[in-house]
Amino acid sequence: MTPLRPIAETDLHAYVDGALDGRREEEVRAYLEEHADIAARVRVYASQRDALREAWGPVANEPIPAELDLQRIVERARRPMPSWRIAAAVVTMLAVGGASGWLARGLSEPASSGVAALAREAADSYRVYAADPRRPVEIGPAGRADLVSWVSARLGSPVSAPDLSKAGYRFIGGRLVSTPHGAAAMFIYDGADGARLAVMVRPMAVERNTRMSERREGELGGVSWADRGMGYSLVGPASPHALHPLANDLRRQLDRPVVD
Amino acid sequence: MTDMALLIEPVIPALRRYARALVRDRAEADDLVQDCLERVVGRWSQRRQDADARTWMFSILHNLAISRHRQARRRGPHLDMDAVEPSALTEPPAQEARVRHGELLKALDALPADQRALLLLVGVEGLSYAEAAVVLGVPIGTVMSRLSRGRDRLAEMMESGVQRTPLRRVK
Repeated sequence: MTPLRPIAETDLHAYVDGALDGRREEEVRAYLEEHADIAARVRVYASQRDALREAWGPVANEPIPAELDLQRIVERARRPMPSWRIAAAVVTMLAVGGASGWLARGLSEPASSGVAALAREAADSYRVYAADPRRPVEIGPAGRADLVSWVSARLGSPVSAPDLSKAGYRFIGGRLVSTPHGAAAMFIYDGADGARLAVMVRPMAVERNTRMSERREGELGGVSWADRGMGYSLVGPASPHALHPLANDLRRQLDRPVVD
Repeated sequence: MTDMALLIEPVIPALRRYARALVRDRAEADDLVQDCLERVVGRWSQRRQDADARTWMFSILHNLAISRHRQARRRGPHLDMDAVEPSALTEPPAQEARVRHGELLKALDALPADQRALLLLVGVEGLSYAEAAVVLGVPIGTVMSRLSRGRDRLAEMMESGVQRTPLRRVK
């Protein structure tokens, strides 16, 4: 049988893979019958393929591990802001902080200005005020408008109290706090899981516009940035990474009311 | 949900197998598949309706594996295959196989990454040349010539005995 087209190397492989149409397959088979050396080579290709199948085949018969359960992956994908993640991070960080010298880590980086300083001040204020179980705020949620006009006047810029309720954090009020760079506003939020978050806002003299940066301040995590002369720092007992999505949400909210 | 599950779930064993053959380490391979499934679920509505779901899933997995491999290379030396017991990777063959598995896996590992991927996609996963071309993002002619080069190389290495120091080159 003489093939219409000469047999090509790729035909030999397609033959091994069963990828030829019936007529071409016949032509290749006839060709191999006449050429024992080529036929031997084709057998090697086929035995390679079979050996690879044998080597990896058993993996496909293993039971699927729980973390690859599709139902679970779908459910997780539908939950937008997992507050359990923050709760889990709180537990982890408290454990880490208690067990080692992590508490001292944030202190080893002196920062006297810019967003790094803001992050430090926010963590300090958090420890003194937000962490206070009895009186964390000066003005409660009912006095929100009063609070906003008061701190705006003291900061010399219009400030708004962000809303974190979509992420499961209830606004419990705020206060004015003192920093080496003047007055700052602090808004405080309680999560259903018991985690308390604080957002500190103050005018920035040095770094007036900076991108978000994540920092650990001892047992606290923080995400801080500056936008058109105002500095913002979100602080809580969670990893900065876990706080980041919330910080993104905050920035979106704070973007609007600021007047150039 | 059920439609999606019907198309995704049957492919998971094959995705695990391909991932395991590529990265060898079981936990790392399953991590890769988990990442892949998260993306598949997240982008399910964005996929082209005429695209084959299995091919699309393999493409995502393959791209994830490539980008992770690049990261690993940037971080430092890769796992040395000599340090891995072939018997730890798979079930030992019941009798002396036609080709000794350990040698074969070492030779496979010494192939360029694109040839290795192709031998697995076509040979083990049974993808057609057209499907493999989609997964690798290359023309079908490239698939065929690469497959031919890969198999010849593998045969050469098996014949001459694999070099002791596995060469890992991307190109």
